[in-house]
Amino acid sequence: MAGLARAREWLDERFHWAELIAPLKKKTVPRHKLSPWYFLGGITLFFFMIQLCTGILLLLYYRPGANEAFESVQYIMTRVQFGWLIRSIHSWSANLMILAAFAHMFSVLFLRAYRKPRELTWVSGMLLLFLALGFGFSGYLLPWNTLAFFATKVGTQITGQVPVVGHPLMVFLRGGEDVTGATLTRFFGFHVAVLPGITAILILVHLALVQYFGMSVPPGVEARWKEHPEEARGTKFFPNFFLRELMAWYIALGVLGTLAAIWPWELGTKADPFGFAPAGIRPEWYFMFMFQTLKEIPAKLWFMDGEVVGILVFGAAGAVWLLLPFFDPVAKGRGRKFVMGAGVFALAYILAMTVYGYLAK
Amino acid sequence: MDTLQSRIGRWAAGLILGVTLCALPTGAQQNSCIDCHGSLDPPLQVTADQFASDIHAQKGLNCASCHGGDPTKADMDAMSKKAGFRGKPDRKQIPEFCGRCHSDAAYMRQYNPSLRTDQLAQYKTSIHGQRLAHGDTKVAVCIDCHSVHGIRPASDTRSTVNPLNVAQTCSHCHSNAEYMKEYKIPTDQFAKYSKSVHHEAMTVRGDLSAPTCTTCHGNHGAAPPGVGSVRNVCSTCHVFQSQMFDKSTHKAAFEKAGLPGCVVCHSNHEVKHPSDAMLSTGAQSVCVRCHTPGDRCDQATAAIHENLLRLDGAIKGADAVLAVAESSGMEVSEARLNQDQARDDLTKARVTIHSFRKELVNQDIEAGLKVAAANLQAGKDALKERDYRRVGLAISVFLILIVLLGLRAYIRMIERNSNTSEGAA
Amino acid sequence: MATDDTPTLHTRRRLIETVLGGGLLASFVSFLYPVIRYLIPPRVVDLGGDQVVAAKVGDLKPNGAKIFRFGTRPALLVMTAQGEYRALSAVCTHLGCTVQYRGDLHEIWCACHNGFYDLNGRNVSGPPPRPLDVFQVNVRGDEIFVSRKRES
Repeated sequence: MAGLARAREWLDERFHWAELIAPLKKKTVPRHKLSPWYFLGGITLFFFMIQLCTGILLLLYYRPGANEAFESVQYIMTRVQFGWLIRSIHSWSANLMILAAFAHMFSVLFLRAYRKPRELTWVSGMLLLFLALGFGFSGYLLPWNTLAFFATKVGTQITGQVPVVGHPLMVFLRGGEDVTGATLTRFFGFHVAVLPGITAILILVHLALVQYFGMSVPPGVEARWKEHPEEARGTKFFPNFFLRELMAWYIALGVLGTLAAIWPWELGTKADPFGFAPAGIRPEWYFMFMFQTLKEIPAKLWFMDGEVVGILVFGAAGAVWLLLPFFDPVAKGRGRKFVMGAGVFALAYILAMTVYGYLAK
Repeated sequence: MDTLQSRIGRWAAGLILGVTLCALPTGAQQNSCIDCHGSLDPPLQVTADQFASDIHAQKGLNCASCHGGDPTKADMDAMSKKAGFRGKPDRKQIPEFCGRCHSDAAYMRQYNPSLRTDQLAQYKTSIHGQRLAHGDTKVAVCIDCHSVHGIRPASDTRSTVNPLNVAQTCSHCHSNAEYMKEYKIPTDQFAKYSKSVHHEAMTVRGDLSAPTCTTCHGNHGAAPPGVGSVRNVCSTCHVFQSQMFDKSTHKAAFEKAGLPGCVVCHSNHEVKHPSDAMLSTGAQSVCVRCHTPGDRCDQATAAIHENLLRLDGAIKGADAVLAVAESSGMEVSEARLNQDQARDDLTKARVTIHSFRKELVNQDIEAGLKVAAANLQAGKDALKERDYRRVGLAISVFLILIVLLGLRAYIRMIERNSNTSEGAA
Repeated sequence: MATDDTPTLHTRRRLIETVLGGGLLASFVSFLYPVIRYLIPPRVVDLGGDQVVAAKVGDLKPNGAKIFRFGTRPALLVMTAQGEYRALSAVCTHLGCTVQYRGDLHEIWCACHNGFYDLNGRNVSGPPPRPLDVFQVNVRGDEIFVSRKRES
């Protein structure tokens, strides 16, 4: 303890440490029945940090390139000490991170934390969600196994259906007209350099905004606390909330370890670009609802290609979702009804379509 | 002296030569045979298209090359004796007709020096050739197998004598019970062959080296292999089995009994995929056809059979454990590869059966059992590793639980004691 | 509610702190242990799927051969009577049996259906329809590397 005090003194002499961290010491987190939902953002961040660490470790042994990628992952799984653990944690944490991100997004929506003045926090968060999906899509190809190869083929082909920009976009993603080793190299570049760079900046922006505005309180609770200020409660961030957050992170870690050890991620078979697509190709679960929707749309709607209609609808939905706060700036009246309704519909649709996609084989 | 007469003479000669040269056939032959016969009805019909696909046409030969006559003449002049017309040969004469060129080595050298020229000589030794010499015109002659006027080389997949099509060609007669009635030989060979593993190799796997009728019976010198030579025929490919059989007790026994070697157990046309059950005493057993159940040989067979089943079981057992390990996420591709070695040993053991010596078979079986046992161990090790991982996981989870409990207690403690956290704990 | 620690509260506090601190430390170690082991390179170096160490110099005698694993299939390393190394695929192109080297014939032989290949992989006799794949051999130090042929 004496050592800590001396360290603090040393920092204080140079950086006015005590002044710097004073606001942090005073920071509180509102405390009400719906407070537990506040943990989701931190859990998403935790999974992201796990991805960063395990990703860097995997980088030490992984080799991008159509003739080496699969073998290098196989090497990691079989020869490297605990390689199986690092790789399985990386794969599971990716899925859990996206799950947490979706949960975080929906909880923010239903608790109406997007309203003024936090619109930009929402926008930056949605961009982070899109980036997470990009991470998932690009990372999925890297082991270069059959399922990943064909999932990428289908996924990029759907992108190619977007009117006007679709084809150039597809060529840009694929590094050519077809999915080849060039696609793998490109996706690797996206996955370890481009996306992490953009994500890091956006996370800083997102956290800075959260720090600046503090935690949002649900409108009902806010109204009540305005009337009865003595009922307003808060928890100190340091150490109370932080320790609780640490508990949540440890639980997440336990779940992650269990999943990785008991259900290790499989290797699959090496991709053969000239081979036949295996039956039952599916994208990862977080794309399933879109994939299934496109499958259900009839081939032709009026004069337009059914798939193109589906893509455009999803594009429009994505745009609306990104700008959701602007439909309901004050969380009242018609705007609120619209956003709540859209939220309930979206959640129900995504859940239903995902389940349906897995059952309908 | 260059007189006007001699100059005119030279001109005229040149002119006549030029006209004649133009009139002579160049690419598209002036062929009065095809002109007429192309528009006739069968059996006299030979169209230009049909003949164009013939290998003889492609080599620059025409109707007259075989039939004589003069294709440049019109009408019946083309078929006059004066033009050397030989006409359509009698069935009995066909082999000699074709052999006129095909047995002439010097002649054939102009067209294809590596083509054999002993077909006629071989044919004369064949059953077909011998019966033809005795006046039987129902037997096959050249055109029955090779077709006529549209003959393709055997390497052409459309040819009637391409390995893929040979069995079909032979079956035109040999599966026709009505046609073959007087010969009193079976007509089920093609049906049986179609069920065989050799037929499957050719049609399903596309293995052109797989045997078809002519591989064992010969083509031009076609005759069933003699009882004593069946084994020689089979041993061209199945070397090991034949070598072992040679040194075994069964060789002398079969020879004495006049039995045709391999065919006794494996049949000739319906050569099915052999199974371990052939050594058992059940319905598929081949040994009980001669051996008495319970005698010395039968006991030895039972022992061999049991060992084969043991190795087969060991391989399957190792496979099962490896599959479990794999589905638990363990990587066992090396052991899976080594299973191929064990399977190879089982195959070897099955070949060694033909020595009819228990000890030799056991050698291969023991080798295979060792490999399968090693792979089984690898599978078990993988499962052990899996369990070790679960123990490691349990330890980590336990530590995590301790931390969680500790955190909970700590939080409770600081919130109970402190009054800077607003609100009750 | 007493705010200064009575003796039992004090020991209780110490206990909780110890448990928490110890638990945190132990759990960190249990997380770091796999990571440290991971960072240490394994003894068998990953050369990628296209290259493998087939044998060491001295493993083979002249006119001898050895089967080794190349990728997922077996391969054959032959040392000719003249001392040269040849490496080929050991999977017979007929029906996939594993071939072997016949020192008496200086040829590669498949026991299944009596197929023969020469030391350049060419199918010279019997059923095999295609030659065996030939690999590149490089000797570095005392290790014999076999790799897939690269187009020059």
